[in-house]
This record gives sequence, C-alpha cells and structure tokens, in this order.
Amino acid sequence: MQSVIHLITSYLPFFWSGTLLTIAFSLSGVVFGTILGLGICFGKMLNNKYLRFPFICYITFFRGTPLFVQILLVHFGLVPLILGQSNGIVAGIVALSLNEAAYIAEVFRAGIQSIDGGQTEAARSLGMSQRQAMRYIVLPQAVRRVLPPMGNEFISLIKDSSLVSAIAAPELTYWAQAMGAQYSIVWTPYLTISFIYLILTLTMSFFVSFLERRMATK
Amino acid sequence: MMIEVDNLKKSFGTNEVLKNINLSVEKQEVVVVIGPSGSGKSTLLRCINLLETTTSGHIRIEGVDITDKKADINKIREDVGMVFQQFNLFPHMTVLDNIMLAPIKVKKVPKARAEEKARELLGKVGLADKAGAYPDSLSGGQKQRIAIARALAMEPKMMLFDEPTSALDPEMVGEVLDVMKQLAKDGMTMVVVTHEMGFAREVGDRVIFMDGGYIVEENEPNELFSHPHEQRTISFLSKVL
Ligand SMILES: Nc1ncnc2c1ncn2[C@@H]1O[C@H](COP(=O)(O)OP(=O)(O)O)[C@@H](O)[C@H]1O
Ligand SMILES: [Mg+2]
Repeated sequence: MQSVIHLITSYLPFFWSGTLLTIAFSLSGVVFGTILGLGICFGKMLNNKYLRFPFICYITFFRGTPLFVQILLVHFGLVPLILGQSNGIVAGIVALSLNEAAYIAEVFRAGIQSIDGGQTEAARSLGMSQRQAMRYIVLPQAVRRVLPPMGNEFISLIKDSSLVSAIAAPELTYWAQAMGAQYSIVWTPYLTISFIYLILTLTMSFFVSFLERRMATK
Repeated sequence: MMIEVDNLKKSFGTNEVLKNINLSVEKQEVVVVIGPSGSGKSTLLRCINLLETTTSGHIRIEGVDITDKKADINKIREDVGMVFQQFNLFPHMTVLDNIMLAPIKVKKVPKARAEEKARELLGKVGLADKAGAYPDSLSGGQKQRIAIARALAMEPKMMLFDEPTSALDPEMVGEVLDVMKQLAKDGMTMVVVTHEMGFAREVGDRVIFMDGGYIVEENEPNELFSHPHEQRTISFLSKVL
C-alpha cells in the first residue's frame, strides 16, 4: 500500500498537468464545438438543398466514422498540411472540436425542430422577420430543451479526449500509459486516472443540472 | 376595402383546399366564417396573413397586392393581427414581455412607451394583475385574452381570429367573446372563424358559410340562419343551431 501511494505521489505532477490538459481539450471542444455546431445546424436547415448539402456531408462524415480515425487524419494530415509540422495538442483540439460540432449540430437541430411551429407563426403574425422569430422566440426555448442532451455530449467529450493520448498529447491517459510502462504496472495508473475522469464527468453533470434548475425557475 | 380576395386557390400537393374564393371585407366590418371541419376556413385566414403561400389568385390588403412576390410581407403582417386557436403565447416570457416584444423589436417603440401601452391593453382585457405572470400559470381564457392584447399591441388595422374559443373550457368562452365584442364595438375590422352562432348573430355584419373549399353562401346573420338557401347550409345549420 505504501509503495502504491509513493508511486502515485511521484507521478502526481504529471497527473496534475495531464488533468489540466484533459480539461483544456474538453473545454475547447465544448466551446469551439458549440460555436461551429450552431453554424452547421443552421446550414443544415437552409431551404436551398444545394447549399444544405455540404453541411449534411459534414455531419454524416463526423458521426459516421470513428473519432480515433478522425484524430489520426487531423494529426498526420490536416495539421501538418496547415502548420507544416505535426502538433499533438493542436491536432487534439481541432479533431475533438470538429467531431463535437457534428453532434452538437444534430442536438440543436432536434431542439429547434421540437419547438411548436405555432410559436414561429405567432411571431411572424406579429410582424417579426424569420430571423427575429428564431432569435427571440425559438432559440431561447430550444436552448433550455437541448441542455440535457448537450450535457451528455460534453460528458462523452471528456471521456473521448483520452483517445488523443495516441498522438502523444500529454493528457491524463498519456501519463497513465507512461507510468505503466516505466514501472511495468497496470492497476495503479489506470485506476488513478479512472478516478480523476470520474471527478471530471461528475462535476460536469452537476454543473449541467445546476444550469437546468436555474433556467427552469426563470 | 380592407381585404379583397380574388379567385383565390390553394392546394397542398394535389389536394385543392381552397377553390376559387372571392371575398371582400370593408373597414370596420365583422365577418364571421362558419363551416364544417376541413372546409378550408383556417387555410383562408392563413393565406390572408401569408402564413401559407397562395397557389393562384390575388389578395389585397388596403389595395396592396400581398400575393405579389415583391410585397413586404413583414410590413403587411404588422397591420393584420392574428389570434390562434392554441393561443401560441411565448412560454419563456412574462405576459408583459409577450405583449411588448413585437412593438419594441418590430416597430422600434421605446420600451417605456411599449410598457405603458401593454399595461393599458392588459387593463382592457381585464388582466391588469397578470403582467408579471408566465403563460403556464394562466387559464385558457386568460391566455386567449393575453393573445388578443398581444396582437392589439401592434395596432393592427384588422384582426383575424381562427376559432379563438374552440380550445377553451365552456365556462371560459364568454370572457373571450366579451373582449371580442368590445373590440367590434370599438370599430375593429374582424374576420372570425367560429362555431359560436350566438356571437355571429350578435356582432357579425355578415356570415360566410364555407364547405369543401368553396364559399357556399353568405348573408347577414339573421337572414342566413333563418332562411338559408343552399342545401349544404341547411344541413350544416341543422347540426349546429
Ligand atoms: N399544411 C397542410 N398540409 C397539407 N394539408 C393541409 C395543411 N393544412 C391544411 N390542410 C388540409 O386542408 C384542408 C382544410 O383545412 P383547414 O383549412 O384547416 O380547414 P378548417 O379550418 O375549415 O377545419 C384539410 O383537408 C386539411 O387536411
Ligand atoms: Mg381550422
């Protein structure tokens, strides 16, 4: 037992920086994924079917292929193409955000379409433009409705960020693998990071239900 | 002429729902539209408010052809208020905000002025104490009165009502009809789809009977109810009167 604690203590700085990086990956995925996802959502709802098509392709690709493959594509393909060299952290953020955006877009679209058509009609009959009806009437109601599924997406994102350890981005799972290799052990490193992941995902779900409660009372 | 409908046709796919409708409504006139379910009453109102695109024919509001592609739809809609069977209040806003939103965002009325007007309208529909309430906490009758106040806040020149009391419990029908009667007395031009024959008799200047996408018969209320000419009118009235 003492040696286990000793081992963990010696790796604590790495787990700490790994946790920070995991949080950074997740937060950027949440922020960029939401912004991009909203754009893609509106793109997919365009009336013109030719304009809509690229957005449908985007969503289909990112939801229909493994995230791991997307990470490899971004790391070995996209990032070197743009930056001239590979960079695990940039590739991780880009891949997670692109992937998250596709899921957020679908969550948002379902939320917007779940709002009764009578709401838009009432807004339009009062002289509001399509855009005003969306902004003041539909979106505020949709946001409340998509909060729970968004929360689930964000929790998945925290867990999925472990995949970027494969491209040498030094987040939690990366350090667990390093520790396991250094001491030839299995249980200690992986159970430790499991515990840390649990703290992160539980914090996220508490935060989301807090938001839900706050919006419900408004 | 406030509203003129010329040879209006409307199809959904191959289903022709309005077949050659001709109708005109004068300023301050109250026209009541009756007819069996599915006869096209809602579709007619929705065409007048451009919630549906027309298939052929013309609709003029105060002489302006709104079926013209170049017509400014939003501007026209400001002048035409609509009240729906299902109220369609905005559930995420207080009653006051429901009423103030469109004047502020569409007409750019200053907030203080919009609030003053909204409170005045709330008084008019007898719900001055509900300004801060959310729609979910109101009864059906209260919701519909708020919806009327909300439409009036845009100071429309005419109001369209699509079965405003059909979703209400019987004991709440009266309070909504009273607001509508007052509105008619104040000189509002109104087109009202309803099954309330008492209302049609009392405030209607003219009653229009629709069936199968046609206007079958129209006349002043007492004439139409006591001496209907068409067989279809007779059989409909025998069921509802
Ligand atoms: N959006 C729509 N799409 C297809 N058919 C419709 C639509 N709206 C109405 N209809 C059809 O048009 C006919 C007339 O409907 P409606 O105008 O609602 O009648 P009413 O209000 O007199 O009951 C019905 O047969 C209905 O099924
Ligand atoms: Mg109807």
